[in-house]
Amino acid sequence: MALELVFLGRLEDLAGSSGRAVPFAPSLAAVIAALEPDLSAAVKEPRIRYAVNGTLVQGDVELREGDEVAFLPPVSGG
Amino acid sequence: MSSTVRLSTDPFDPAEALRQFAAGVPQAGGIVSFLGQVREGGGVEALELRHYAPLTLPAMEALAARVRERWSLDGLLVIHRSGTMQPGEPIVLVAAAARHRRDAFAAADFAMDHLKSESWFWKREKVAGEWRWIEPRPQDIEDLARWA
Repeated sequence: MALELVFLGRLEDLAGSSGRAVPFAPSLAAVIAALEPDLSAAVKEPRIRYAVNGTLVQGDVELREGDEVAFLPPVSGG
Repeated sequence: MSSTVRLSTDPFDPAEALRQFAAGVPQAGGIVSFLGQVREGGGVEALELRHYAPLTLPAMEALAARVRERWSLDGLLVIHRSGTMQPGEPIVLVAAAARHRRDAFAAADFAMDHLKSESWFWKREKVAGEWRWIEPRPQDIEDLARWA
């Protein structure tokens, strides 16, 4: 098993795709640390929000096998 | 009261949606609607809105619930597109029905301000064959402060 990452908005361009599977990492911080340096820096910007399995989370959180982690830049609807 | 919230990945007909909505709220004295459409000009060839399924529709429903708590309405309609659209195509339709018009105007205005800057959509436009993501405008964030 692994983790599913989802990149929204401009993060998709940086990541090169809207999603990817990565090897398991025990925490959100560990997932971010394992990304390419430019993508890792981009998802650490203060305005980026995170969701695990569709629920918004604050700060670092523990992860479990198969979790979906979404990286959410500022929204622009309507 | 009835409240309809839709996230549509296909084009919708705003006139037909409004006709059906109005037919369902005969007790309302007024209906205020807002239609957002893809602006023509600036070399924009297409607009794409992306959403994140686990968050987007639930948050739209939560917004509708807030609107209903805040104003006395007979009905509320929110339709928001996701996907690729051409200039002139509808993006969002909000309609609020109330016994008196002030509540309907305010509720539709509030719903639109929050859809613009707090809902889970990401927008990009295609100009000269190149896609670029649109960041929220400072004005959109300031608009929210009106409701604090």
